[in-house]
Amino acid sequence: MNLNSMLKLPIYLDNNATTRVDPRVFEAMTPYFLEDFGNAASRNHPFGWKAEEAVDYAREQIAALIGANEKEIIFTSGATESNNLALKGVFEMYAEKGRHFITAVTEHKAILDTCKHLEKQGAEITYLTPGEDGLITVQQVADAIRQDTILVTIMYANNEIGVIQPIREIGALCKSKGVLFHTDATQAVGKIPVDVIADNIDLLSMTAHKMYGPKGIGALYVRRKNPRVKVTAQMDGGGHERGMRSGTLNVPGIVGFGKACELARQEMSTDAARLSKLRDKLENALLQLEESYVNGNRDHRLPHCTNISFKYVEGEGLMMAIKDIAVSSGSACTSASLEPSYVLKSLGLDDELAHSSLRFGLGRFTTEEEIDFTIHCVTDAVNRLRDMSPLWEMHKEGIDLKSIEWQAH
Amino acid sequence: MAYSEKVIDHYSNPRNVGTLDKSNANVGTGLVGAPECGDVMRLQIQVNPETGVIEDARFKTFGCGSAIASSSLATEWLKGKTVDQALDIDNMDIVEELALPPVKIHCSVLAEDAIHAAINDYRVKQGLAPLEETKKHH
Repeated sequence: MNLNSMLKLPIYLDNNATTRVDPRVFEAMTPYFLEDFGNAASRNHPFGWKAEEAVDYAREQIAALIGANEKEIIFTSGATESNNLALKGVFEMYAEKGRHFITAVTEHKAILDTCKHLEKQGAEITYLTPGEDGLITVQQVADAIRQDTILVTIMYANNEIGVIQPIREIGALCKSKGVLFHTDATQAVGKIPVDVIADNIDLLSMTAHKMYGPKGIGALYVRRKNPRVKVTAQMDGGGHERGMRSGTLNVPGIVGFGKACELARQEMSTDAARLSKLRDKLENALLQLEESYVNGNRDHRLPHCTNISFKYVEGEGLMMAIKDIAVSSGSACTSASLEPSYVLKSLGLDDELAHSSLRFGLGRFTTEEEIDFTIHCVTDAVNRLRDMSPLWEMHKEGIDLKSIEWQAH
Repeated sequence: MAYSEKVIDHYSNPRNVGTLDKSNANVGTGLVGAPECGDVMRLQIQVNPETGVIEDARFKTFGCGSAIASSSLATEWLKGKTVDQALDIDNMDIVEELALPPVKIHCSVLAEDAIHAAINDYRVKQGLAPLEETKKHH
């Protein structure tokens, strides 16, 4: 069988980085560039009314996906801005109540770097370290809560390993302690059911481009009732979005975001069922390779992704060997910092295993043929590179690599 | 970042992958780098003790495409050279030949280190003193 003839290359398996816009989303957006191009804040003519109407409708579509009220959706440029607004906005608004935040070392840089920034402003931050499976426990959060804790921020699902944190339990704990709870749900919304009421979430960051919507548009959910939460605006201007985020609304983006949420609500469960099957097929096939390991908890994780380390093979070298497949790696060589993934390292993985990891992110447009091709390519590449790897040879000879005095450079 | 054609060529068709008998007195083995840094090179040379000519060279490398290409190129250059000539191989020659970008220069440094380590191992086996590292890397 010639797999190549059936496939369009390269294959995209990096859906945790971004997703293709669903053609139905794109179609919904187009009129708002060319015909209905008005400013949603123009109250005095039909162009403005049309835009406002479209924004209101999208707000409902987005709110419905996470069980929120449409008035609780604050539009932003994406999840990074939402995270910044949530953390900085809460810190400024509630500074009188306290200056302590709780977060985790495996959070996205948009959270960690914002925390670093707030530390310079006088915030005190507790960084929880997850277990080897990537999960934070409710007990860890409970133990870290102090009199002056004003916010707990724990991501819903991790971008590198896909593990899903016990959000509902953490939410209930925070509520009982009177501490605000924010979650960066960038990877979770649209992929698994998220309900801000049931989960007791006070603030939630989300973005359109991870769920088949356009880039450059995201939202921060800010609870209005029980309790009523407010964040201090981080951008001064016309007082849009209930005064929390000024700036002319990105109407086509918002329309696309709304459509993407509507589609996710309708198709999430069928997508998830299909993708978890394909993911398991890929994972089980690749685990046939000796010395390959799944990173992170396998029971509590997103249905469409897996992160696997192929010991004794370096990630960037491996990606070069599978150049027809777009994935990402925890290898240092693929990052600007030349440090291997801090998420994988925080699970207690040796640097060596972190260097050897690949992240596969499946998506709505992934086909079974693509997965079969990927299994074939990755298996070949790992075998080929191991034949070339001195570490593999030593492993096969029974030499303990830890017994060797390596000269780091 | 795109790889140069020469890197891709060496990566796709690596020259002289393999293992020489490290217990042989005429074989010098250099193992450099560290797994936690993401690259380890093992370079071996087989020297004719009469002539001092490197008759065979082999490598195995754990690392990125540029590290594999640098070691592959090094083995090509080593074959046929005398040990003394081999010492003149400069990491910047590798950088130039493979058109390595600045972030990959360390791969060429590692290859040069591997050459020196292999030569020293050979010298020690022959009852000679190891060479002092005299020159600084670029």
